[in-house]
Amino acid sequence: MKAVFKHELRQYFDSMTAYVFGAFLLLFIGIGSMLYNLQSAVSNFEFVLNFASIVFVVIVPVLTMRTLSEERKQKTDQLLYALPISTTQVILGKYAALLLVFLIPLCFVALYPLLFAQFGEVYLPTAYGSLFAFFLLGAALIAVGVFLSSLTDNQGLAAGLGIGALLLNYYSVSLSEYVSSTAVGSLVTFAVLIVCLGLIIRALTRNDMLSIAVGLVLLAALIGVYALDGTALEGLLPDIMKTLSLFSRFSVFVNGVFDLTGVVYFLSVTVFFLFLAVQSMEKRRYN
Amino acid sequence: MIQVEHLTKWYGSNQAVKDLSFEIGDKGVYGFLGPNGAGKSTTLNMLTGCLSPTEGKITVGGFDILEEPKKAKKRIGYLPEQPPVYMQESPWEYLHFVGEAKGLRGEELETQVSDALAKTGTEDVKHKRIGALSKGYRQRVGIAQALLGDPQVVILDEPTVGLDPIQILDIRNLIRELGRDRCVIFSSHILSEVQTVCDSVLMIARGRLVAFDTPENLEKQLRSAQQIRLTARAGEEKLREIVQTVAGSSVLSASADADGYTSLTLSGSGGYGLTEKVFGAFARANVPLAELRIARADLEDVFLELAETPEQAPEKTAEKEEEA
Repeated sequence: MKAVFKHELRQYFDSMTAYVFGAFLLLFIGIGSMLYNLQSAVSNFEFVLNFASIVFVVIVPVLTMRTLSEERKQKTDQLLYALPISTTQVILGKYAALLLVFLIPLCFVALYPLLFAQFGEVYLPTAYGSLFAFFLLGAALIAVGVFLSSLTDNQGLAAGLGIGALLLNYYSVSLSEYVSSTAVGSLVTFAVLIVCLGLIIRALTRNDMLSIAVGLVLLAALIGVYALDGTALEGLLPDIMKTLSLFSRFSVFVNGVFDLTGVVYFLSVTVFFLFLAVQSMEKRRYN
Repeated sequence: MIQVEHLTKWYGSNQAVKDLSFEIGDKGVYGFLGPNGAGKSTTLNMLTGCLSPTEGKITVGGFDILEEPKKAKKRIGYLPEQPPVYMQESPWEYLHFVGEAKGLRGEELETQVSDALAKTGTEDVKHKRIGALSKGYRQRVGIAQALLGDPQVVILDEPTVGLDPIQILDIRNLIRELGRDRCVIFSSHILSEVQTVCDSVLMIARGRLVAFDTPENLEKQLRSAQQIRLTARAGEEKLREIVQTVAGSSVLSASADADGYTSLTLSGSGGYGLTEKVFGAFARANVPLAELRIARADLEDVFLELAETPEQAPEKTAEKEEEA
C-alpha cells in the first residue's frame, strides 16, 4: 500500500494534476474570502467555504479521472493484479495519495481564519468545524470519483460522468422542489429506477434470471407498499433527493451546527464508494 | 513449482481454455507454444492471478493462487503481452515502485534494481522517460520488472515480439541464463525460437494442451513417419518402377523438373535404412540419383499436425515429461 501511495503521489506531482487542483481550490477560496471577508467585511469564514464548494464539481473529477481508467488503458492494471498486493491495498494507496493532494492546499486555507482573527472578531469553532466538514465532503466526492474512474478506460468519460454526478448532487436539493411529490409520481419514478437497477445487474453479471428476479421482487414490494398505504410514498422522492445530497449535509456545518450524523454520512459514502471501486476492479478479473 | 489442474476459462459462451492440466518443475525453460488465439495469454494470465479461472486449480510453490494470492504471487515475476510500464516515469523510478510493492526495502531494493537494470541492459537509459524509449527497451524494462524480488518462476508473454534480431538474441540468452536456477515460462508463436531456447515445450491449440515434451522428442514423433525426396534424370514412369522395388515406401507425389529431371516425394519409415535401400535400387537400375534426402521433420510439422488434430489425447507425452 505504501508503495502504491508513494508512486501515485509522485505521479500527481510530476504531472500538473496536483498543482492545477490545488491552484483552483485556492483560487476559489481566495475569491470567496475577498468577496465575503474583505469586500463585504463579514467575519464568517464558513460562508467562503460554502461559496467555494461548487468548485469540487469540476476539480474533483479532473483529479480522479485517470486514477484507475489510465491503468486500464495503459494495461498497467495487469501489473497491479500480478503484484503481491491486494486490490484493497491498491485502492487505499491511491485514495490516500489523492487525499494528501487535497489536504495540502487545505493546510494553507486553514491559516486564513487565524489571519483574519488578527484584524477582528472571527468565531473560530464554526470556521474550523466547517473546514473539517469541507475536507470530509471533498474526501467523499473523491471516493465517488475513484469509483467512476474504475468503470471505464477512458479518462474523459470518467471525468464527464464525475462532473455530471456531482453537479446533480450539488443541485439535487433545488431540483427536489420540482420533482413530483405525489404518491403516483414517486411510484412511477421508483418503478423506472428499479428497471434501471435490473439492467445494471444484468450488464454486470450477464445473468438474465437474477436481474429479472431482483427487478420483479422490488417492483412487487413497491406496488405492495403503494396498495397498502399510498400516503407513505407521498413526498418520498424529494425527501430522498435531499437526504442523499452531500452538499446539503455540508451546509448544516456552515450554519454553525457540528452535525455528527453528517460526519458519519460523509465517512459512509467514502467507504461505500471505495468498496465499490475495489469490487469493480475485482470484477474485471472474472471477465 | 507450478501445478495446473483442469483449468478452464469461459469468456461468455466462448471457451478459451479447455481442461488444461500440467505440472512444471523447479528449473528450466518452458516454451509455451501456440498460434494466435490459442489461449496462451489467457492461460498465463490465470497462472499469475490476473484472471480468475472458471474452473480448475493453480498452485505455485504449493500455494493456491486464489486462496493465498500474496504468497503465490511473491514467487512469480510476470511480463504481460504489453509491458505494463508507466510512460511518464524513468525505468529507475518504475523499478523502485515495483520493487517496493514486492516488499523490497533499503539496501536490498537498491541492489536488486541495479541488478535487474544490468541483466536487461537498460542501465544507460535508466533516467530517461519510458515513453521516450523504443519498443525494445520498454520490453526490457518490463522484463527487469519481472526479475525483481528474485522470483522462482518467471513468466514472459511473447518477450521477443517487436525486438530487433540482436535484442532477440540478448533476450534469448537472458532466458537461458535465468532457466539455470529457476523456472522460466515464455510464450511464443515462433517455432524456431522455442526450439533453440527451451528444455520443454507445451503446445496449445484451441485452448487444449496438445503436447508437452522436449523439442527433440516432439521431432522424433514425426521422424518415424518421414518423407524422402529424390531427383533423377529419367521419366516419372521409370522412377516409379524403380521405387516399387523398394519395400516399405510409396510415392506421394511426382513433379517434372527442367532438363529431363523428375522429383519424387516418398513416404515410408525406417530412417537411413530406407534411404540406403532406395540408393541401392537406383544403383542397380543404373539411374544416377541427382538428389536424395530425408525431409527433416521440425517443430513446424509437429505443430501443424498436432494443431490439426486437437482431439488427440496429450496424456502420453505429458506422462513422459513427469517421469523425466
